[in-house]
Amino acid sequence: MDALVQILDATLRVSVPLLLACLAGLYSERSGIFDIGLEGKMLAGAFAGAATAAVTGSAWLGLGGAILTAVCLALVHGFASITHRGNQIVSGVAINFIAAGSTIILGQAWFAQGGRTPSLEGPARFEAITLPGAEALRDVPLVGLIYAELISGHSILVYIAFLMVPLTWWVLYRTRFGLRLRAVGENPAAVDTAGISVTWLRYRAVIITGVLTGMAGAYLSVAQNAGFVKDMTAGKGYIALAALIFAKWRPVPAMFACLLFGFLDAASIRFQGAEWPLVGKVPVQLINALPFILTVVLLAGFIGKAIPPRAGGVPYVKER
Amino acid sequence: MSAPFAKLPRWVDYGLIPVINLLVAFLVAGVVVLLVGENPFQAAGILVKGAFGKGQNIAYTLYYATNFIFTGLAVAVAFHSGLFNIGGEGQAYIAGLGVVLVALNLDAVLPWWVNFPLAIVASALLGAAWAFIPAILQAKRGSHIVITTIMFNFIAASVMVYMLVGPLKPLSSMAPQTRDFLEGAQLPRLGWLMEAIGFRVRSAPLNVSFLLALFMAWAVWVLIWRTRLGYEMRTYGFSARAARYAGIGETRIIVIAMLISGGLAGMMALNPIMGDQHHMSLDFVSGAGFVGIAVALMGRSHPAGIVPAAILFGALYQGGAELAFDMPNISRDMIVIIQGLVILFAGALEHMFRPTIQTIFATLSPRTMGVPAAKGGGA
Amino acid sequence: MAEAAIELIGINKSFGPVHANRDINLSVERGTIHGIIGENGAGKSTLMSILYGFYHADSGEIRVGGKPLAIHTPNDAIAAGIGMVHQHFMLVDNFTVIENVILGAEGEPLLKTSIARARSELQRLEREYGLEVDPDAVIEELPVGLQQRVEILKALYRGAEILILDEPTGVLTPPEADHLFRILGMLKAQGKTIVLITHKLREIMAITDTVSVMRQGTMVATRRTAETTVEELAELMVGRRVLLRVEKGPAQPGEVKLSVRNLTVKDSRGVVMVDDVSFDVRAGEIVGIAGVAGNGQSELMEAIAGTRRAESGTVELDGRPIDVTGHADPGELRDRGLAHVPEDRHHVGLVLAFEEAENSILGYHDKPEYLGGPFLNLDAIHADARDKIAKYDIRPANDRLKTANFSGGNQQKIVLAREIEQDPGVLIVGQPTRGVDVGAIEFIHKRLIAMRDAGKAVLLVSVELDEIRSLSDRILVMFAGRVVGERGPEATEGELGLLMAGVEKREAAE
Repeated sequence: MDALVQILDATLRVSVPLLLACLAGLYSERSGIFDIGLEGKMLAGAFAGAATAAVTGSAWLGLGGAILTAVCLALVHGFASITHRGNQIVSGVAINFIAAGSTIILGQAWFAQGGRTPSLEGPARFEAITLPGAEALRDVPLVGLIYAELISGHSILVYIAFLMVPLTWWVLYRTRFGLRLRAVGENPAAVDTAGISVTWLRYRAVIITGVLTGMAGAYLSVAQNAGFVKDMTAGKGYIALAALIFAKWRPVPAMFACLLFGFLDAASIRFQGAEWPLVGKVPVQLINALPFILTVVLLAGFIGKAIPPRAGGVPYVKER
Repeated sequence: MSAPFAKLPRWVDYGLIPVINLLVAFLVAGVVVLLVGENPFQAAGILVKGAFGKGQNIAYTLYYATNFIFTGLAVAVAFHSGLFNIGGEGQAYIAGLGVVLVALNLDAVLPWWVNFPLAIVASALLGAAWAFIPAILQAKRGSHIVITTIMFNFIAASVMVYMLVGPLKPLSSMAPQTRDFLEGAQLPRLGWLMEAIGFRVRSAPLNVSFLLALFMAWAVWVLIWRTRLGYEMRTYGFSARAARYAGIGETRIIVIAMLISGGLAGMMALNPIMGDQHHMSLDFVSGAGFVGIAVALMGRSHPAGIVPAAILFGALYQGGAELAFDMPNISRDMIVIIQGLVILFAGALEHMFRPTIQTIFATLSPRTMGVPAAKGGGA
Repeated sequence: MAEAAIELIGINKSFGPVHANRDINLSVERGTIHGIIGENGAGKSTLMSILYGFYHADSGEIRVGGKPLAIHTPNDAIAAGIGMVHQHFMLVDNFTVIENVILGAEGEPLLKTSIARARSELQRLEREYGLEVDPDAVIEELPVGLQQRVEILKALYRGAEILILDEPTGVLTPPEADHLFRILGMLKAQGKTIVLITHKLREIMAITDTVSVMRQGTMVATRRTAETTVEELAELMVGRRVLLRVEKGPAQPGEVKLSVRNLTVKDSRGVVMVDDVSFDVRAGEIVGIAGVAGNGQSELMEAIAGTRRAESGTVELDGRPIDVTGHADPGELRDRGLAHVPEDRHHVGLVLAFEEAENSILGYHDKPEYLGGPFLNLDAIHADARDKIAKYDIRPANDRLKTANFSGGNQQKIVLAREIEQDPGVLIVGQPTRGVDVGAIEFIHKRLIAMRDAGKAVLLVSVELDEIRSLSDRILVMFAGRVVGERGPEATEGELGLLMAGVEKREAAE
């Protein structure tokens, strides 16, 4: 029982960066802009967040720095994809490399700690928050334990991340902006003839992507970890993309997809080397590879068809 | 979309614009150098010297270039068929298994000049095999090949880690790598070639796979522009509808193009494994698959552009290593930044400077712009 | 009552060298249904796009309700009470009806109240105009006729007083089209002004009050529908152009080379584009298929040539069937002697990025004379290309030049040379002289006649009636996917124009 709660606890924490990056990708891709560059933005955000927090001593300023940096990179992608109608995949790949290299170089140059940023302490880091009554309720059977261990005791970004799910759902399906966003990813001509600017709509989507990936990065380096470590995203941006496809570009399934991938990750650490009933020892690498294998299976159409936004990846040209 | 693609003289299209893209990439990289607190010009100088200053350095440059020629060719072949193969990294990684299969079994038994061709075939086969599933999924199910190849890169990493900490690792050692190869699986160095021209080379790992890379560059040229298959690939890459009209099967082209692409990427594995380290270790590909994308874009997917572009990136790698000595703040990762910038400007933003250049040309020399349009009689 | 809802004065619009609208004057009376008729390329859609703010006129003035108005964007048009129902619907397929209607006209940031308001307004509109449709239905699950109603509702929801409908019945079945006309009648009864763009004379006569005829970018005439006849309109529409008559002897048709029976082809939306068509083409004759673009000719050609799957029916080449409903292989068809000059030379018939010589073997690149094993025999290919250049007077005479750099006429010659020089038994040609200058036109026409005289079977599809009349030994007219009539080359323009515009000739009269 204890072990289960611990794994679930770890699952929640591991899923947060995935969730934030996944939601980030959702805005972008729903508007018709493919974004392979979630990984790079998250990494850059992680670095900028930790660096700013280290220098200013404030986790919140760190978060701000992370968001700012990721938004800048997002705007580059937007500039190339929307204004110049360039190849969106190429642009995303480029941003990933630029981020990967820059974070290491600048990290080494500015902090001289082999690519890391200085360890964050006190107010420079997002600490775990104990929700009211958690300690008191801890001994209440089942519910108390869940409340005390699972729900309480996370840093604020975790709560924000999960709040982002209903918020995104609400924005997407209950607001004018969300309606137009979804429309422009399916049929930009319909949006254009309705008198709405396709360009501005897509840029806004891309900026939101930047904000959320920045938050994802900040979570990694200012909340979960106590600083930036090189390559700390380790493919999470791609897993988030896989989760997005798995969830067929919808917010609530996205959350579950990220939790699933997070669970696999947490479980793999926990059960490394353990024996399974029928199969014996499952190599940890297989479990690590599961999210990616699952995505391929999904894309092959075996778990139902994953139909992306119709106008995805296609630059909008007002042609007649 | 009419005006931006008005005619520019050929040399501008193939020479000037790529050079400008490259210059801008370097300019931005220079800014990063400044941010790091170093002098960009000084850094550039060290880089160039580090890449070409001594015979040893040139040999290293060419050694790295060998990797990038293979992966650049891989990306280029796919590009010609309209496909974006980002999976070169994984394909090369898996191909290592093929190389190791030959090396570990036959290194005591056969000489290098038998094992080498066998390893070439093995590595190409495995690289191709790794590209096969994404290819089929694209052709038959419409699964986006970019995403599937990225996924396969990660799966390859998992597979190889498993192999290298498990089955392939000798029991006596802790390091995740195979045992060292015997002479039969060691490729001869090319140092003597350079020393014949008067360079002192010492221990640089430049080896015969460099010659193989050059040969493959030529072979790719022949394939794309001199064979029927290449003609069909290019047709499909330019226009799927024209290909259909011409009776060219879509599935066939996608699969064949990706198999060839994967095979070329796979051959990259020969260079570090059999040519340098004489064993296979973790992440021997170390990003070469991705550099291949930059190389292919810079070289406009033509072998005559890919080889110089590969040498350029080889110089960046080698010079970058030297630079890391003198300026510890600028490590190898600077190359990754430049690589990203090259991909950005040569790829996504390749037409950004076109309008300005067209305006300049139009004002300076309207005739070269082909203004007015071809006035052949009766045309 | 005689007030003009819209006036267009001196409208000009050019796209590069193409003068799409020349000095157009148009006046649409309020509360009427005003038809604009013309063939494809006449400039109708361009004109309406200017009115809707999609394009900007080079010169001229627009007046709405008597007041001059600058319309720069669709928003301006919408604000002026102009709504457009596009030929290709501007709908988001996976949205509901109500979501599509409010897109861009939400009125406030939160959807809840917008949708509630829209729902009641939609109910009112639906009742008033007979535009019933389930507001919560998803667009892609609705039949095309209902989808069109949503397009109309969109415009009405924004308060359109003037409705422009662009070729609205192209995707409708006859009953759906009739229902649409009833709706238009109701709209008119409520005081709305309607502009109906169409090439179908039957519709014009059925519901319009006034009709303007456009031809080749100019407004040729305006008539009160009650005061004109289909014959007059057909003649105005098709016009008296300079006839490029080619010298030719009588045809001597031989055996049947191509036999089409009950061919039905649907497009990607499931709309029937070719409807149970049957005909033969014999050796030594040119069969011309006349018709305004969009009546199924393209799909017919593509199905026969193997680049589009047919729904049902059979096609036989030299007595042996072509797998038109399954996996037809254009390569195999070429081997059997069927050559195809496609309508779209830019995207289908040629690869513009290729050198001229490379395009001169497109589709035939697997023939042994061009190959040496797996390799291309460049010497043979270039020699062959130069040969064709000389024979067909292709200029510039440079077989290494990128095909994009050749003019339209010369590009077409490249395609023709390629297909004709393979000495096929059957040649299918689509729009052979589109975008081609006069000198090349004559050359191409002579070539086609030469093919026919050499005993080949030629199937010619063209929207240029003159071309059809000049070249064909038999003329089949297609309208709405069916062959509505067969005539000899002596048929008059008027006669053909009527058939092309969908007017059935009553057997008894005439």
